[in-house]
Amino acid sequence: MTQLQSVSSPSIHSEDRAHEADHPTSPVAKFGIDQPLKLDCGIDLAPFQIAYQTYGELNADRSNAILICHALTLDQHVANVHPLTGKAGWWEIMVGPGRPLDTDRYFIICSNVIGGCMGSTGPASTNPATGKAWGLDFPIITIPDMVRAQAMLLDRLGIETLLCVIGGSMGGMQVLQWTAAYPERVFSALPVACSTRHSAQNIAFHELGRQAVMADPDWHHGRYFERGTHPHRGLAVARMAGHITYLSDAALHRKFGRRMQDRELPTFSFDADFQVESYLRYQGSSFVERFDANSYLYLTRAMDYFDIAADHDGVLAEAFRGIKTRFCVVSFTSDWLFPTSESRALVHALNASSARVSFAEIETDRGHDAFLLDVPEFFDISRAFLESAGKARGLDSTGG
Amino acid sequence: MALQEQALPLGGIAPDRTGKYRTDHLLVAEMIPAGSKVLDVGCGDGELLQLLESRGIDGRGIELSREGVNRCVAKGLAVVQGDADTDLVNYPDDAFDYVILSQTLQATRQPKPVLENLLRIGRRAIVSFPNFGFWKMRLQLLVGGHMPRTENLPATWYDTPNIHFCTIKDFVQLCDEINVKMERAVALDLYGRPVPLNLPWWVWNMFGEQGVFLLSRGGKGK
Repeated sequence: MTQLQSVSSPSIHSEDRAHEADHPTSPVAKFGIDQPLKLDCGIDLAPFQIAYQTYGELNADRSNAILICHALTLDQHVANVHPLTGKAGWWEIMVGPGRPLDTDRYFIICSNVIGGCMGSTGPASTNPATGKAWGLDFPIITIPDMVRAQAMLLDRLGIETLLCVIGGSMGGMQVLQWTAAYPERVFSALPVACSTRHSAQNIAFHELGRQAVMADPDWHHGRYFERGTHPHRGLAVARMAGHITYLSDAALHRKFGRRMQDRELPTFSFDADFQVESYLRYQGSSFVERFDANSYLYLTRAMDYFDIAADHDGVLAEAFRGIKTRFCVVSFTSDWLFPTSESRALVHALNASSARVSFAEIETDRGHDAFLLDVPEFFDISRAFLESAGKARGLDSTGG
Repeated sequence: MALQEQALPLGGIAPDRTGKYRTDHLLVAEMIPAGSKVLDVGCGDGELLQLLESRGIDGRGIELSREGVNRCVAKGLAVVQGDADTDLVNYPDDAFDYVILSQTLQATRQPKPVLENLLRIGRRAIVSFPNFGFWKMRLQLLVGGHMPRTENLPATWYDTPNIHFCTIKDFVQLCDEINVKMERAVALDLYGRPVPLNLPWWVWNMFGEQGVFLLSRGGKGK
């Protein structure tokens, strides 16, 4: 335990984090008691709020809106400085003037998912009934719930149809859910490094992460807010395990090999002798500063439950029957969390549904995380797909 | 011979004034009415699909090479990375009006089931392939004593993706065997020009550098 305590010194951000959950730095849409979010678990969540960011301008006929769906541990701060970490937005490489998601041409929206901890209602938010954080009293949420909340946000913003819904990993699951639940509202869809259902292996990794959080004595059955603690160590372990699944053996080897950290010889202890160890410890400790442990439990659970064919007697093609949405499915060769075979199964189903679908597998050794990194092939495809979708929708090529 | 009986005259191919498209692609495009839904199996970098889309045809593609797919998607075409030998079975019956197999038959492992699948997925199929009965091929093997190489098939025998070469005559026999009807058949010479139709079929087999065939289901007894 001593070793892991050194990983995650008590967070200096815990108060900021708690504040951000209720009063986000970004714009927020509040839904009152008369506009409940109908959750899959049968509960009507009300009131609730959705925090979001927008970039670019909505054009006159409201035809240039693109929704970005974020991955498990990310948030709405796509292309601006993150309020807690002070770092650049997570997809700045993709979103901005002249970038594939060109803010001179498109109106980009990204919301923090329901169940998150960056301003959308989730377990870290204050439960109006008790005046305390929701904790485990927060209802279980699903990917369809997240999408339903996003649809309510778009209604609020006055956007009927999206030019494109794009996202990777958990974001890709939301993209698929959007096309299955609201096909008429989605002109094109770009699901990246994802699957139509969470695999047993992935559920297993998530369970490992959740058990790490729950095994932390500071977790207090999810009521750590009242105790003034946060299960840093458990959450850091969860993040470390997760992070390994986001990379690949080749990428780890290229980055770190068996190189030692600030030393020539092993210390014959459990210190972080290897660079890869200290990298993972850093990933774990920086994560706990910006993320809420209970949120991690809820969001991983939402991914586990995801199975788009389940509502259609297991026949995936039925989920997309008669769909007009244009698809571009992208996978990465070294992604073992969401391997190409799963994208291929999706593509087969879309073909069987007669959907207009493209599929590209991009060669890279960077693993699942490739969609967040500088992979020019991915940028080119995204840019071209959006341009052709814009053209098909009659979007002025000069923008606006 | 079946080919001679079933070969129907093809209208003149519109001359490619721009030089933008290959003659065999123009020939294929002429066979497909606008508004059709078409699957191009082995679509390469999407040259034919672009031509089809420019003519109001709803085109999709399958391509084995990653680079080819990426180039197609970058052109805004709907193309899926996949293998004709293994992926066609995943397409439902009657999913397309036309399925095209352009210069790809010889690279498949199982030409027969591929052909059968083409006509299950599409109501019609258009197949073009290099004719191994072409005089230059025969000459290279006969006189040169080595596996033929041409401008269009430049690979050496040990690194070629083409594993199932056939002649026009062989292909006609295969179509007969699996009960496929030939609606149109055109042979193109070395310069991509159609070989005159009034010539006997063996001239095609000798002087056609490639064959282009429009096929439909069920030919036997008709």
